[in-house]
Parts: sequence; structure tokens; C-alpha cells
Amino acid sequence: MSDIKISDIREEVDVCIIGAGHAGCEAALACARNGLETVIFTVSVDSIALMPCNPNIGGSSKGHLVRELDAMGGEMGKIIDKTFIQSKMLNVSKGPAVHSLRAQADKQSYTMEMRRVLENTDHLTIKQAEVTELLADYDESSDKYMITGVRIYNGGVYKCKAVVLCTGTYLNARCLCGESITYTGPNGLQAATGLTDSLKSYGIEMQRFKTGTPARMDARSIDFSKMEEQTGDEKIVPFSFSTNPDEIQKEQISCWLTYTNEETHEIIRANLDRSPIYAGIIEGTGPRYCPSIEDKVVKFADKNRHQVFIEPEGLNTNEMYVGGMSSSLPEDVQIKMYRTVPGLENCKIVRNAYAIEYDCIKPDQLYPSLAFKKFDGLYSGGQFNGSSGYEEAAVQGLIAGINAARYIQEKDPIVIDRSEGYIGVLIDDLVTKDNREPYRMMTSRSEYRLLLRQDNADLRLRKLGYEAGLISQQEYDYVVEKEKLINEEVSRLQLFKVGANKRTQEFLAAHDSAPLKTGTTMAELMCRPELTYEMLAEIDDERPSLSADVIEQVNINIKYDGYIKRQQKQVEQFKKIENKKIPEDICYDDVNSLRLEAKQKLNKYRPVSVGQASRISGVSPADISVLLIYLETYYKNKQ
Amino acid sequence: MKSDTIAAVATALSNSGISIIRVSGEEAVNVVNSVFVSKSGKHILKNVKSHTIHYGFIYKNDEMIDEVMVSVMKAPKSFTMEDVVEINCHGGILVTKKILELVILQGARLAMPGEFTKRAFLNGRIDLTKAEAIMDLIEAKSDYALKSSAKQLKGVVYDKVKQLREKIIYEIAFIESAIDDPEHISLDGFYERLGQVTDEVLQEVDHLLEQSENGVLLKNGINTVIVGKPNAGKSSLLNRLVGEEKAIVTDVAGTTRDVLKETITLHGISLNLIDTAGIHETEDKVEKIGVDRAKDFAKDADLIVYVVDSSVPLDDSDDEIIDLIREKKTIVLLNKSDLSTVTDEVSISKKLAQGNKNICRMIKTSTKENVGIDEFEHTIKEMFFQGNISLEDEIYITNLRQKEYLYDTKNSLVLVKQSLADEMPEDFYSIDLMNAYTSLGLIIGEEVEDDLVQEIFSKFCMGK
Repeated sequence: MSDIKISDIREEVDVCIIGAGHAGCEAALACARNGLETVIFTVSVDSIALMPCNPNIGGSSKGHLVRELDAMGGEMGKIIDKTFIQSKMLNVSKGPAVHSLRAQADKQSYTMEMRRVLENTDHLTIKQAEVTELLADYDESSDKYMITGVRIYNGGVYKCKAVVLCTGTYLNARCLCGESITYTGPNGLQAATGLTDSLKSYGIEMQRFKTGTPARMDARSIDFSKMEEQTGDEKIVPFSFSTNPDEIQKEQISCWLTYTNEETHEIIRANLDRSPIYAGIIEGTGPRYCPSIEDKVVKFADKNRHQVFIEPEGLNTNEMYVGGMSSSLPEDVQIKMYRTVPGLENCKIVRNAYAIEYDCIKPDQLYPSLAFKKFDGLYSGGQFNGSSGYEEAAVQGLIAGINAARYIQEKDPIVIDRSEGYIGVLIDDLVTKDNREPYRMMTSRSEYRLLLRQDNADLRLRKLGYEAGLISQQEYDYVVEKEKLINEEVSRLQLFKVGANKRTQEFLAAHDSAPLKTGTTMAELMCRPELTYEMLAEIDDERPSLSADVIEQVNINIKYDGYIKRQQKQVEQFKKIENKKIPEDICYDDVNSLRLEAKQKLNKYRPVSVGQASRISGVSPADISVLLIYLETYYKNKQ
Repeated sequence: MKSDTIAAVATALSNSGISIIRVSGEEAVNVVNSVFVSKSGKHILKNVKSHTIHYGFIYKNDEMIDEVMVSVMKAPKSFTMEDVVEINCHGGILVTKKILELVILQGARLAMPGEFTKRAFLNGRIDLTKAEAIMDLIEAKSDYALKSSAKQLKGVVYDKVKQLREKIIYEIAFIESAIDDPEHISLDGFYERLGQVTDEVLQEVDHLLEQSENGVLLKNGINTVIVGKPNAGKSSLLNRLVGEEKAIVTDVAGTTRDVLKETITLHGISLNLIDTAGIHETEDKVEKIGVDRAKDFAKDADLIVYVVDSSVPLDDSDDEIIDLIREKKTIVLLNKSDLSTVTDEVSISKKLAQGNKNICRMIKTSTKENVGIDEFEHTIKEMFFQGNISLEDEIYITNLRQKEYLYDTKNSLVLVKQSLADEMPEDFYSIDLMNAYTSLGLIIGEEVEDDLVQEIFSKFCMGK
């Protein structure tokens, strides 16, 4: 298929990244930082790392993703640390596994900061151009396509060895606001209309998803006195493990909380026939987790009010984001509807709410490395893979970028499994399950949540980032040392005997803790809900001086020891079959005893491990036993 | 998390001779050691040599269950190449069951079909040429086990388990939505409510466990489906069997007007008799539903009684019936022997030649004159004792498996209560609640898939 005229060739590089959103930027940096010549294409240089929806990074489980990305050597955490205007650790009243960081971003600064980083990274070139065609040669022996380059809108060709597709919501995008339909990407940006057909011509299966965003309003038209103020945390915790917390403590701006009411709902109900979703104009599948206000009113008819968060879009703009009220109703209805909300009676809408529809792939065509099964050298990440959210996009971009680079370097791909990170859960869910809506991360999707905390992302993934060439020796050494200090202190506390003596009993009494009947260990005392590591310093004479991040880990490891051990055991079981690899050329039709349904599913998903196979719906435990036995004979016969 | 040590009855579960309970895995010795007491009254197994056999007793707390011989084979010199302990007990279904259950309660897991052989193979004990046969065995047995387990549950038990699951998943979804969207959903007052719900569910699970002691979770008996064309004498057969002095165990009203169910006991064997609508081509909508249901029942039957009216010739409908029951153990009754014979064994055999290999017997009967019914009853008894139709093993194993899952559920709920008592943060409860939900799901043969995400989005309004 790649019939290239010499005169069309503009450049020969290693990797082309298509799209410069949150996925594209991470992918491009991962490749360029590995010394590969990289071009990143965008329809508009001004929209690099754009945040076309909510003005924040992080939140429940998404905060985990950013932490993990940072541990692996990604950029998002560092950028938000430089550009946030409010920061909050969510769920602090709950267990450490679900603490999650969220920061309001100054959108424009965020974009500029990411652009600055891209522009100052060696081996990386930004190119403003729409890519319209993928170029690849078919190789009969492997029945696969091999990437040779991409073609842009004017016929120019960039030859390359690998491509990472990060087209976000731009492919054949259309925006809907009531009866008004425009064929643009988010924020009125140019849609990309050529590439879908090219992808389809290689047999890539596409589907259509939709999402939406609320209106932006002029802050001067909002009466904040009728709303509840939402302030940031007193002590700001950074996203990045490389950011010094002392350097980012600053004055923060507020967000505001108000509510819809029956009047709002009445207007919505009366105009449902003008909503493109309810009128059947929208064909794409929307996400259930960020429903439009129309959806909320229809599905939860018994609720007489819904929360509305007013969030600033930046320091140098008057625009405010109206969280909780995304909509695709027509402009006149939007004005009426928003004006029923206390504080918004006189609101002036700067940008209307709209729904957006776009092409994305069915992600079951990808390996967990985010490589296309049918290609050598083709990778993809972000909303293009059927996910939703800046953070979900960024982590996929990072993994796709890392593995594109490793493909060129002829190294094995890096895959994070479900027991190692939310990134692993996200990607495994995408490539193994039948996803019918844009996929969003949630902590409940992780079965080993207690182990995958945001506070220990560095301990879990720094080493992998080092292997990926994105973490420096110094950063790597730091985490190795940290791990050592944690382990030493935990075992010291577990062995440290505390007698039921006068000093101990007085200490316990002073902290409203029951007196000891017999001697115990320091670790046992720490397990009492009312006591902490810090308090116990009083009766702990041998305590070494440790940094705050080490102490945090010691605290958690001891306090939740029982639960953590249980999950660790589960992980051991999980790893047993996760580590059983399935050869790429396996022919399931040869495995006679497999049930027909199992054969079909396994052929479709072509899992890389028995573990992945076991998570495919329609593959039973008995099928897995059969598969294990088959593989045993397969490998033995090969020897 | 349970240790991955498995247990099962290695011999046929019957009232004869000696039974062997086999335990395999890392914890095998520990598990058996905790219930086995030597003649000198000690738990000795931890210190015995490999490949030795020991005389002693199995105890459940203070109650002596049986006098046994226990052999210990340590890895790798055993069938599975893991530590294996075999308990040779004095047979008898009751005793064997009790010992297996004890072993399960001590932390072994009930083996899945073919699992010992699978382990033996994966650990290199069996050579490669056997692989194919083992794979077939696993798939065939699992298919049967899967089909039998959920279906054998009594309707009320099934409904109860479903209801408990719904209760649990709602609470998990509540916790999870509050974690996911803390600014929209608050967990104020949740402690008290969850404590209450957990107690309620625990009580119900305990009740189910009590019932499982008596084996009443399951429909007992052999599903015996009577099929045939209309007017062949199916209903008269049922009436004959039920109406005489047979003990009617239960009297379940037909779930629909087209299917009638009766449970009877023949020579100590329970039969669930299911009388179906006559199978034939029909345009009548209501009748068609009956015919379709008859076909469904026939598919799930353990035993088919095919009633043929011997006074009329075979036709297309008979072809259809023969096709339907091809894979089934079947008794053919040549009914209406009091009338002149048009269809006999020979003509049936011809029809069947290309079809059913499972025909066990053909009997001439007259339900009207009560001819041949004794022979029919005797045949069933014979088939059962020869093992041609056997269900008791499966039923028992199913019951034990369900019981095991109920215990798992209970343990998880107890852990939830513990977390509540320890004032752990909310996200800790959902771990064990989810385990309870999963265990209950196994009882009714349902997987978890993405139930939770569904529940969160359908019950709680979240999002930006």
C-alpha cells in the first residue's frame, strides 16, 4: 500500500506521533528522550495539551494514574505542579488506598508549559499538519503490515519506523448543540477527516463514541454570594515525585458550589425533544459516568437537585467552567436552563455546552503493549483507544510511546500488569473487555487497590521507568534507598518489644488507649486506630531519623499489614497464570477440547498470557485448564 | 485467601467397602493432621516419613467420625508430585461425606473436575501423549458440573441467593460511588447501616448453611421427563406411577399449565417426574409454547421415558422426538399393548438405528390395564444400581460445593464485621463485601463481570 514518490518525502525519522493532546505529548517525549528522531503532528500548534473539558487534573483514581505516570518518567505531573491554581487531596477521611490528588489547572499555562517542554526536547519536532494516511507494507510471511511512514494533507510523506496514533476526539468529529451541528473537533478546532478511511483500508475496526462538555461563563455575570465556596488544601501535596513540596505552596483560588432545582429540571424535560441524544440524532455511545444534565434529570427523576461546581478556567481569564451541567440542548434552552440556578440568574455564556461525536478504534485490536496486533510498528493511545479523560490518555500515550521506542530499539515491550498499577488495569480492561462506552478509570476497577496506592507509585514503578530510559540514575538510586529504609524501619518496629511497664502504661493512658496486659511490639501498638508512628516516638528510644515520605510508608505498611498481606497473597496467585505466556502463533483450532465459544473468543482477542485469557468473557475455568495443558505439551514438544 | 490444596473422594461414592479421600497440595499434611488422631491420641502426621501408612481416627472436634488408615506421600513422589494424603475410611456415603467436609473446613478446596489429573500432568507426572484425553475429560466433566450445579438449586434458594447478592452489591456500589465522587455522595451514617445489612445477610447465610446440612438446598432426584406424541398415554403413566400407593414426596404444581411435575420415590430412588405436552407440529400458539417447553425439559433430563402409542404407526413427529432425545438415556414404553399392535420393537429399532445409542430398554405397557408398569419400575431401579443413571454423587458434590461457597461468603461477611469493629475506613469493607458477592455468585453460577460498575451508574448519580 505504501507507494511513495521520492519527491513527496519530506523527512525520514524514527517515530511519527499523530496528535499532540495528552497522549501524544507523553508518547512523543518518551520516544525523543530515548534518542529517537520524533515528529509530533497536530492540526494546531496552539492546541498542544489542550484541556477542552474540565479545568483540572487528577481526582479519584485519576490522581493515581498521574502519580504512576510520573513514577514512570511522564510529564503531566510536573506540568500541573507548575500550573495549578488550586489543589486538594480527596477522600482523606477514607483509607490511604483511595486518597487521590486533584488540582485545578490554569488551562492556558498548562498548554504553554507543555509546549515549552516539547520545544526544548532534543530529537523532537513539532509539525502543524493533518495526517491523512498511514503508510505500511504487507508482509506475507507474518501476515502483518509493517509501518513505513505517514502522509499529510498536502501529499507530503514522513518516512518512519513506528507510528503512534493519538487522535483523541478529532477523527470525523462533529459537535452538537441542539439542532446546530458543526463538523469540527473540540473547541471549534479543525476535525481530521482523512485518516479514518486509511485506517479502515488496513482492516482496522472503528467505532463511534460521544462525550460532552458544559458551558463556560463570564465570571462577572455570576453572583458568587449565592454559592458555597470551595477552597483548596492548606498544605499542598505535589503530583510529581520530583517536585519539592516547599516550592509549590502558594495562594489558591476558589471554586464554587450551587445546585439545580425543579425549575431547571422542568425546562429540561420540556425541551428533551430538542436534545440530539433524545431525538436520536447522536449515534455514538456516551459515557455513563459523566452524564449530561438531561441524562441526570431523566434517569434520576426522584432527585430534586443536582450539584453544580463553578470552576475557573485560569488566572488570566474570566471564563468559568460549569461542572455538572454538560448538555447538548440548543442554545436558547441552555440560556434558560442555566439561569434558573442560584447565582447564575444573569449569567452570560461565553461558550455553549455541546456534545461531540468521534471515531475511535475497538481496542481489542491491541496488545497490552498498545501495539496493533496486525502491524509491526503501529501503536495507539488515548481517546482514540476508546478511553476518556486527560489522565487516562496520558498514561496510554506514555506506554504506547515507550513501546514504539522499544520496538525500534529491538527490546521487549514494557507491560504493567494489573497487580503493578492502575495503568495496567486500564490497559488490560481496554484490550481484554468489550467496552461499549468511553472508558474511565475508577478505583473499584482495581482488584489490588490496597497495594496500588498513589503514595507508593514511585516504589512500584520507578524501576520500570528507569528500564524505559525515562528515569535518571539519581532518581532510581533514591527510590532504591527509600525502599531499603522503609523495610528496615518496618522490621525494626515489628521486632521492637514494648514491656507493660509504667512508662508504656502512662503513655497509653495519656492517649486514651487501653493499658497493656502483657508485653507487645511497637508494630502491634501502631495497629491501634488511636495511635500513630509519630505519637509512639515518645516511648521509642531507638528511632532513626527518617524523611516524611519514608515515615508515611512505614505507617501504612504496619497499620494495614493484615489487609496488605492478604492482597499480596492474591497477587501471588494472579502472577502464577499471568506469567504463563501464550505463543503469538498459537492456533486455537488445534486445541480440540476447547469449547467453540472459547475458541472464537481466544482467536479474536489473541491474549498474550493465560492470565489475560482467563479474563475474557466466555472463557471458562475449564477452558483455562485445557489451555494450560495444551501449552505444556506445546512447549515440551518445542524443546 | 485459601491455600491451594485440593480434596475429593477418589473412589465412587457408594455404600460399599472402603472409600478414599484424597488431599493434594502444600497444606495437605497440615489439613489432614488437624483432623487425624493416632492410636496414641496424638496429631502425628507432621512428623511422619513419606510413603508410610498410619492407623487412627478422624475427629470432628470431640466427636469420633471413623476409624481410618491414612497414607502420606510427600512431593515429588506422589500422583500429583505434590504432598498427597489419602484417608482410607470405612466407606458409607454418610461417613465419606463428613470426612471430606471436615477436610474442606480445615482449608482445603473442593477439587474441580479432573483437577488431580491436571496437576499430575502439569507437574510432569503424566506423559504428553495423555494430554488430549485429559483435556477432553476436564471439559466434559466441567460442562456437566456447571450445568448441574445451578440448575439443581431449589427455586427458593436461587431467589434467596440472588436477593442477598443484590443487597450486597448495592452497599458496595454506594461505597464505591462515594469514593469515586466524594463531593457528590457522602457516607455519613453509613457505618450503622452497613452493620445492620451485614448482620441481616449473615443471618440468611447461616440459615442457608443449616439447610445445606440437611441437603435441602438442592432438588433431589433424577429428572425424568416423559415425552411422546399427544395421546400416547403419558399422563396416564404419570397417574399410574403417582396414583398408586407410591410415596408422594412433594407436590409441586406445574409451573405452567403445560408441564406437570411430581416427585416420587421408587425403591428408595427419587424421581422428579415431568409430564410434558405431546410433541407434534401445531399452529396453535398456546400449544406451541407447550411443545417448546417440552423440548427444553427433554434437553435437561437425566432420563427420558419415551411413550409410544403402539396402536398407530410412527410418523414425522416421532422422528422429531427421536432426534431430540438422541443424547439421552432413554426407556421406550410401547404403550397401549391392550390394543392391536401396529408399531413394535422392530419398527422402533429401525428408526433408532441411525439415532440414539442410549436406549436402555423397551417395555410393552398398558397404562390402562396396568401392564408392564412393574417391569418399568424395576428397570429404573436396575439402571440406577448399575450406574446407568446416577445422580447422587453429583448432587452430593454439588451440595458440598454450594456449602463451601456459603462458608466462604460467611467468612467474608465476618471479616466485614471485623473491619467495622476495628473502625477501618470505608474502602476496606468493599474488599470483603466483594468477596462475599463473588462467592454467592458461584452458587448460582453467575460471574461478576462488570456488575459493580453497572450498579454504580444505575443507582447513583455521579459525574461532572
